Parts: sequence; C-alpha cells; structure tokens
Amino acid sequence: MIHAVFLIPLLPLVGFAVLAAFGRKLGNPLAGWIATGAVAASFIVTAIVFAGLFQLAPGHRSFTQTWWNWFSVDRLHVTAGALVDPLSMTMAAFVTGVSTLIHLYSIGYMEHDPQFPKFFVYLNLFVASMLLLVLGSNLVMTFLGWEGVGVCSYFLIAFWFDRPSAASAGKKAMIFNRIGDAGFLLAMFLTFERTGSLQYVTVFHRLGHVGVPSLTAIALLLFLGAAGKSAQLPLYPWLADAMEGPTPVSALIHAATMVTAGVYLMTRINPILHRAPDAAHVVAIIGVLTAFLGATIACAQTDIKKILAYSTISQLGYMFLAVGVGAYVAAIFLMLTHAFYKALLFLGAGSVIHAMNDEQNTKTMGGLRKLMPITAVTFLIAWFSIGGVPPFSGFWSKGEVLLNAYGYSTWLYALGALTALLTAYYLGRCYLLTFSGQARWVEARPAGDGHGVVGSAPPVESDTSNPNTPTERVVAHHGGAGGQEPLHPHDPSWVMSLPLVVLAVASVFGGLIDLPFHPNFVFLERWLSPVVGASLFNGHFSVATEWTFALVDAAIALIGVGLAFALWRGAVDRPAVEPTFLQRAWYIDWGYDRLLARTSTLFAGFLATVVESKVIDGAVNGVGTLFRSGGGVLRRVQTGYVRNYALGVMAGLVVLLAYLVSRAFT
Amino acid sequence: MSGFLATSGFAIPHIDYTALLPELIMIGGAILLLGIGALRVRHLPPRVYSALTGATGVASLVAGIFLWDKVHGAGHPFAAVAKSLAVDGFSTAFVILASAIIIVSSLLSNDYLEREGVIGPEYHALTLLSASGAMLMAAANDFIVIFLGLEILSIPLYILAALDQRRAESGEAGMKYFVLGAFSSAIFVYGIALTYGATGSTNLAQIAAYLSHNVSTNDGLLLAGAGLLLVGFLFKVAAVPFHMWTPDVYQGAPTPATGFMAAIAKVGGFAALLRVFFTSFHVLSSSWQPIIWVVAILTLVVGAVLGLVQRDIKRMLAYSSINHAGFILLGLEAASTKGISAALYYVFIYSFLVLGSFAVVTLVGGKGDREHSIESFRGLGRRQPLLALALAILLLAQAGAPFTTGFLGKLYVVEAAVSAHSYALAVIAMLTGAIAAAFYLRVVFVMYGTRPAPAGAPIEPAGGPQLASAGASPEIGSPLGASYSPLSAATLVATEQETGSEVGPTSSNPPAAPIRLSFATALGLALTVGVTVVFGIWPAPIFSLAHSASLLFI
Repeated sequence: MIHAVFLIPLLPLVGFAVLAAFGRKLGNPLAGWIATGAVAASFIVTAIVFAGLFQLAPGHRSFTQTWWNWFSVDRLHVTAGALVDPLSMTMAAFVTGVSTLIHLYSIGYMEHDPQFPKFFVYLNLFVASMLLLVLGSNLVMTFLGWEGVGVCSYFLIAFWFDRPSAASAGKKAMIFNRIGDAGFLLAMFLTFERTGSLQYVTVFHRLGHVGVPSLTAIALLLFLGAAGKSAQLPLYPWLADAMEGPTPVSALIHAATMVTAGVYLMTRINPILHRAPDAAHVVAIIGVLTAFLGATIACAQTDIKKILAYSTISQLGYMFLAVGVGAYVAAIFLMLTHAFYKALLFLGAGSVIHAMNDEQNTKTMGGLRKLMPITAVTFLIAWFSIGGVPPFSGFWSKGEVLLNAYGYSTWLYALGALTALLTAYYLGRCYLLTFSGQARWVEARPAGDGHGVVGSAPPVESDTSNPNTPTERVVAHHGGAGGQEPLHPHDPSWVMSLPLVVLAVASVFGGLIDLPFHPNFVFLERWLSPVVGASLFNGHFSVATEWTFALVDAAIALIGVGLAFALWRGAVDRPAVEPTFLQRAWYIDWGYDRLLARTSTLFAGFLATVVESKVIDGAVNGVGTLFRSGGGVLRRVQTGYVRNYALGVMAGLVVLLAYLVSRAFT
Repeated sequence: MSGFLATSGFAIPHIDYTALLPELIMIGGAILLLGIGALRVRHLPPRVYSALTGATGVASLVAGIFLWDKVHGAGHPFAAVAKSLAVDGFSTAFVILASAIIIVSSLLSNDYLEREGVIGPEYHALTLLSASGAMLMAAANDFIVIFLGLEILSIPLYILAALDQRRAESGEAGMKYFVLGAFSSAIFVYGIALTYGATGSTNLAQIAAYLSHNVSTNDGLLLAGAGLLLVGFLFKVAAVPFHMWTPDVYQGAPTPATGFMAAIAKVGGFAALLRVFFTSFHVLSSSWQPIIWVVAILTLVVGAVLGLVQRDIKRMLAYSSINHAGFILLGLEAASTKGISAALYYVFIYSFLVLGSFAVVTLVGGKGDREHSIESFRGLGRRQPLLALALAILLLAQAGAPFTTGFLGKLYVVEAAVSAHSYALAVIAMLTGAIAAAFYLRVVFVMYGTRPAPAGAPIEPAGGPQLASAGASPEIGSPLGASYSPLSAATLVATEQETGSEVGPTSSNPPAAPIRLSFATALGLALTVGVTVVFGIWPAPIFSLAHSASLLFI
C-alpha cells in the first residue's frame, strides 16, 4: 500500500503530459476537470500511503523507495527515488489537498480565458514538480522539483504575458529565484565534497565526520536557496510582483506549493541545522525581520493581492523564525494552517476581483458583504485565523512559534508579537475596506465611462516600479466590455464556492492537529518527531506559562482586530497610518532597481557596446577572417572533386603509416 | 577461413543457421520484396512494402532477442560457422540495434516514398540488405567476413544515395560515395593482406592468440596492416581526414536514405572497428591509441567548426555526424571496457537521434526533396508545433541537453576518457560539444523565432568562404558544370534555393502548405523521440544492454 508512493508525483505528471498533448482538443472545461482529477487522484494515493505509514510503528515510518538509477559518475550515484517519512507525507498531503481545491476553483475562475487548457498544463506540472521536491530522496531530486517549480512559476506569473507588467513580474521571479538556486547548487557541491553523497539518509548519517564550518556553510547556502524560493530577505520582492499572475496561481504559489518549499527544505535538513547553530541563528533573525517588514508593508498597501502577498512574506518569516529556533514542528504546523487560510484569502480575493471585473484596488470596493455573503464570511474566518484570534487555527500555530521564539530569545519574541498585532490589524483593514462601508464602486464606475474613472481613482498607484495602471488590468481580459457595464457583484458558482467553504472549515479547525496543554493532543508533534526530534523549547514550559502566553497572544490578536475596526470602519483614507515609505515598501524595491538593476543594465550596456562589439565580435570576426583567409585552403579541401577527396584519404593514410612505421623502427 | 583450410583441407563447415537467422531474415525479406515487386500485376502502394519491411525488422528483432537470450542463457558466447562468426552479447546487441533501425526507418521513409511517387520495393530492399551487412560486420570474427559485411553494407548505400533520379546531386552523391568507398575498400583489403602476412591468419581470435604469444610490437608489416584496416574503418564512420565525402553524400542523397545511411554505416563501421581493435589488436593499443587520439580531436573539431558555417541543414547534420563520430572515438581511445560500453551506448542512441532528425528534415523538404536550407525551418514552431517540438528535442539531445540520451551518451564517453586519463581529449570533446550546441540551437531558434532573418546574419556571410556547394561539382553529373566556376559552383537547384532564401524574409515567407504526417511517420517519430527522452531519464535499460554487450566480448 505504501509502495504506491511513486504514483503521487506521477499522476499530475501524466495529467500534464495528456493535457500538453491533447489539451486544446479537450478544451474548456474538460481539460480543467482532467487536471483536477489527476491532482485529486494523487491526493487519494497520498491519503492511502499516509494511512499505511500511520499504521507502522513510529520507528519504522521512514524508508527510501528507489525508482531507478538515474546516472552515476565515479563516486556520484544519483538515484531517482522517494524518501517516505512523516515529514514528506505531511507535505505531500497538504500540497495535493490544497492544490486539488485550487484546481477546482480555477475551472470557474479561468472559464473565460482563451488559454484555458494551457493554464492547467502548467498547473499540473507545477504540482508534479512540487511533489517531486518534497518526496525526492536526495538533493538532486529535490533540486529537480525546485527548478520545475521555478520554471512553472515563471510561466504562470507571466501567464498573461501580453501585459508588460506580467511579463516583467515573471522575469523578476525567475531572476530572484536564480540567485537562490545558485546557493542551492553550491550547497549540493559542498555536501557532496564533504560527505560523498547527496542522498539525504546517507548525508545525515555522515554528518559526524564533517566540520562545523562546512555544515554552517552548507546550511547557509541552502538557506540562500530557501530565501529565494520562500521570499525572505533579501530576495523577497518577486513575490509581491507575482500577483500579476491569475489569482489561483497566487493561491497556489503562496499557499500550497512554491513558497513552502524553502521551509520544507530547511526542515528536511534539520540534522545539519542542529549541528550548525550559527546558521540557525541567522535563519531565525532573517525570519523575524522578514515577518516584521512584510507586516509593516502590508499595512499600507491598497491592492488586495499586494496586501496578501506581503502577508505571505510575513508569515513565511514566522516559519523561518520557527525553523531557526529549532521548532520544526511549529514551522510545519504554521505552514499547514497558513496553507488553509492563505489559500482561502487568495481565493476569496479572487472571487472579489472576479466580481469587480478585475478591479484589485480595495479603496474602490466596499460594501460587498451583503452581496457576496459566502466570500465575506469565509474571508472573515481567514482574517481571524491569520490574525490569531482564538480558537481559529492560526491562534494555535502562531502561538507555538512565538512560545518557542521566547524560549530562544526575548527579542525575537517581542518582534514576533508586534508582527502578530500588525497581522491582525492589516487584514482587518483589508477586510473592512473590501466588504463593509459604502459601495464605492457604484460611483466609481458610472455606466459608459468606466475606464477613465477607474484610471483617475484615488491616488493609490503607489508602486512606481509597476508601470501598469488599473485601466490596463480591466481591459486586458474578460473581454474588456466589463468596464462599461454596471456591476452586479455576486458570489461565484459552486466550483469556486466549494473550495472556499472547505478551506474555511479547515481554517477554523486546523488547530486541532496540534493543541498545546496536554501531551495527548500534540498529534503533529508526535507524528513528526521521528524526523525532527523534539522541539528544543516546547514541552519545557510549565502549563501555567503556556496559558499565560495563550492569553497574551489572544489579547494581541484582539487588540489588532479592535484597532482595525476603530480605524477603518467606515473610513477610506487615513494618510497618517499609510505613510508613503510603507506604501513604497520601505523603498527596498526602488533601491534594488537603482542599485542593482540600473547598474547591471549599465554593465550590460557596457558589455553590449564595448565587450560585445569590440572583444567578442572582434574575436568572431577574427575567426571569420581566419576562415576567410584560410578559405582558400578550405575551399581547396572541400571542392566537390572526388579526386581531391581521394587525395585527402591518401594523405591521411600516408601520415598514419609514416607514424606507425616510425614506431616499428624505434 | 584460412585457418580452417590450413588444418583440414576443404570441407563444408557446419553452418549454424540459428546464429545466422537475423541476417537470413533480412536478406529473405529483401528477396521477398523484390520478388513481389517483380511479379506484381499492378502497382502496390508504397505502404505495403513499408509494412513488409517493418515486419521483417520485427522478425529479425525477435530472432535477435532470441539469440541474446541464448547467449545469456548458455552463459557464454560462442563462435559459429567455422569460427568465422561470433555470437556474443556484442553481435546480438548490434542485431537488435540494426533491426530497430530497420523498423524505425521503414516507418519514417514511407511518407517520402508516397510523396515522391516512388513505385516499387527497391528502396526498402536495399535498406534490408544494407542492414544485414551491418549485422554481419558486427558478428564477424574473421577479416574476410568483415570485408564481406562491409561490402554488403556499402553497395546498397551507394545505390540508395543515387536513388533520386530527378536531382542531379543524388546521382553525383552516389557516384562520389561509390568511387571513394571502393578506394577505401581497396585500402582495407590491402590491410587484410598485410595482417595475414604478419600473423598467418585472418581470424580475429587466432590473430589475438598469435599476438599474445609472440612479442611483435616492432613488426612494421603488422602495424601497417592495422593502419590500413583502421583507415578503411575510419572512412566508413566518417572520421577526419577520411570524412570529406560525408557532407556531399549526405546532402545529395534522398533525405530518408541519408538518415538511414548515417545510422547504419556508423553502426556497421563502429561495430567492426571496436571489435577488431579491442580483441585482435588490443596488444598493439600503445601504437594505435595515439592515432585515435589525433583522429578523434580532428574529427571533433572539424565536425563542430564546419557545422557552424553551413546553411543547408543536411550538410549541417553531416558535420554534426562527424562530430558525433569523434565522441564515439573517445570510447575507443580509452581502450577499456568502460570505453567500449560507452561507445556502444553512444552508437545506440545516436542511431535514433539521426533517424528522427532526418525524418523531420524529409518532411520539411517538401515535394521534390529540395527545401533544405536552414531558413526553410523558419516559423516551423507555429506552422507545425509537434513536428518542430520533435526536431527541437532531437537536436537538443544531439547537443547533449540533460534528460535526453544525448546527454548521457556524451557523459559516458567523456567519463571513459577521463578514467583512461585522456584529460586533454575529454576537455576538447566537451568544448567542441559546446561549439556544436551553437548550430543545433540555431535551428531551434529559427524554428521558434518570430523575426525574419536579419539581413547579412553574421553566420552566413554572403559571398564568404563557402565550403563547396556540394551538389555542385562540375566534375560529375552537373549539367551546367562547365559554365560555372568551381568557386561559385552551384547547380540549378542550389541557385534556386539561394534566391529563394533571399526573397523569403522580405516577402515574409509564403505560408508553406501544411505537412501531413501519416500514422507511420508519426509513430516512427514518436519512437525516436520517445527513446531519446524516456531513456534519457531512465537510462538503465540501454546502458545495461551496452554494458553486457561489452562484457561478453571474446
């Protein structure tokens, strides 16, 4: 039963192959259903394998399934295979589960898109790559999935590539990821050099022979990769721009697949991190800084998807904080619950955007609660979850992260707690702007002149690095006619609503998988303990301490929620709490643009004008001239005359014989 | 054979027909085809002949697998027919490969034959005969039999090259190939004679035994014999400087015949070359290794560099095949078991790559088989996405992209060279691989690029040093020969092509008629691409085949 694990990545891969070959013939919506079916089947297989693994004794829940020997050169033997253990199966379960819902939702969301089948081709490949990443039994397989996810994210973010902003966002994601990938590659080289293997099990087995500096370097290089993929400082800006993709893609990237890859990788290499405390320290600090930074930026954004994007960056920071302080279970726990409520937020946002005819600016929304009750209620649940309001799932998972952070360092805890407050606040702001208050879209879009008015909507287009205006978004898809017609926002069809409801239920009750207070309730911790061992600090706190922290967390969340209500109920503009430097994301993107992009553009220009034209062209022309001047010889050689060819054979023969005869007589 | 005569006078040797079964099936298939063709009451459609050829290939494949099983089941290879044939892992592996080539080529050539209205079974009969020659070369345990196989392999190829009577270049290609082939055969026979003089035998095993018992490293006669034999083989596999026929013949021959020729000639040539130099002449390796070293480098460099400046895709692929031959020579130069198994692997995968590539070139060539400038592939990615994808995969594989067999082939030969401490050779091979990637990728870019050709693209310098326009030799076959100077030599066809490609970009390429793929061609292409990709990701089966083929060597 558990040996069916190879089917888990294979099924979406087959779905990809089928759709790539016949997608256009299958058309809309059959292609979408096939893609959804492939991922759903993969989820079922995952559930079966999961159950099979669960029945085994905890000590036997880890095995490597080798599919085939991929290649071997000298000492390097790379096999294609899966490492099946509680960690990889947990990841596989939630990747396939959430992806299934997002696939289902996409059938509704993309129904008017002319590229419908192509979208699902990419989605299936994306999921297959992600499953390869989490199941791979060695670093090479993980890297394969890693790159697959990277390239699919490029395709999907730039899915509407006819918009310049989408195309450039795709490129941005690719470039930032490449920087991280370089770290991953170097880490692989170093790992192989030090341990003679890339197989996880073997590598972890041989760590005793490797010095701490090497381990620190490996861990930090892998963290560079993880920072690229999971959007951590300093490689986070691509994730904010990744919003250019269709909204289900954002949900997929943010919740289920791509960005969790980094957290997974760092959890997977926990034996290395355990022996390299300096690296773990760096991970924790970067994590908490990213969490704080992301939350502050999210407080001032107006684009609904941007708010969610920075929120993801911030939440991922929490996960790395947990990894850094050795609380791997807390990291996975937060990742799981975050997958539920972040997917829910994005799908909810997608419903809103869909209903508003591709408008994403929260300032021009408002009053949607009554018109879109399902979306509004599920969004509210997601807000309370992510904000850490008890008893929603985020309360438990974030609480565990903060508790462990406190055990590690008070400062990390303080910054984390502050971020928690901001989290509850900025999503409240987002919710209130979107769903309550006046229906601002009514006067913002008088019939007949939709485009112009949307273009002159409140001065919200803060991000100058993003050249497109909302106008372009409106006309780009769904026929462009939407701008002229009066809006009738409503809840979406069942294929889009069902995932919302399922995810909302999961967001509410997700915390049940790992409740504190009593050893019998920490299911996730016991399940994962064969892989990650016990948390460093969890369990060392008295029940009283845990209760105190729970109360403090709850208070922080409620203050955040209260603050949001106080400031944003009925209000639209509050410049005091939306400072420009936050709107502009601390000018970091701008700084990258000035410092790195422009200088490298200049450098590229230098290369193009000087190096290319003088040095390289010179060399090429030189070679060309060489050929040309030697052309006489060449022409004489390749004349087309048989006699000359025969002469060539003869000449070769003579030289060859002369050599052999010279050998014979020496 | 001669050893046989010396010991017991003339007697008819016992003939083990099971050992000869694959060759007999091939020849029987050819005779059957010719018989049907001669006795036909009305013209049979080409697909009947193609199907019969494919069936013959399948039958011989089954016989090959049966022999393979026998060799492995008996646990040891054996020699048959008065020890002139070796039935071992090596020979049966090549039987399997040659049968596979026949199957794929029968599928892939069908569209061409229908399109050009070729009536009659000759094309297929010739391929079957040629393949039986290649099998014989791989199984031969005697120089006389090798020579026999060489001729059976080559003569049908000369005819195939000249088969297209409507194109003057085709006749010219056949003629050139024939004259030079005869020349190299003569050299080869002379090599046999000298070797016999030095060792007293033409039997590979007996020569090996003789050389291992008698120290004769300074024997000029023997070395000269080995050298002459080497030249014969190197001519067949198109190694520099014995390669010059290749571009002209590849360009002139009918395109599907070119693909078949490229595959089968390399298979036969390398099979015998590897066997002879690993068994009989293994003790002389210190003498021939330096030669192979130099020849490999020349082959690699010439193939890669001259491939860059071609504007005709068939010529480009000809130079590419020269480059590949250089890579395979790396395995020979290593003179180790690892080397031979790497070389075998390379020959295996290359056969499928080249068959598939030329099949796409055939389809794009259009009626008359004339659209072979690289420019005629422009926009193929939009016009024929699947066809373009197939060619892109095959070309990327030839360039050595990962997840394809081409990557692993290059990896294994380079690894063999490195473990034989031929570091310089390995590095040069990889560098030429990088150069060669440029011309493969150029075709891919042309197929998927949107822009028309920039005027005066640097890679095709107008009026620059062109390597002889092949079809153009005024010496043979060109109707306009005398009136054209050899430098700008071009037949009528070539001139048309050039003007066509100059007009093309400005008049935004008239939309070519859609290419219709028959089921057979689609299946054949799917097979070549499938082999390339599937075994590129999952290399174990082919590699273990190549590996056990080398282990069973006697």
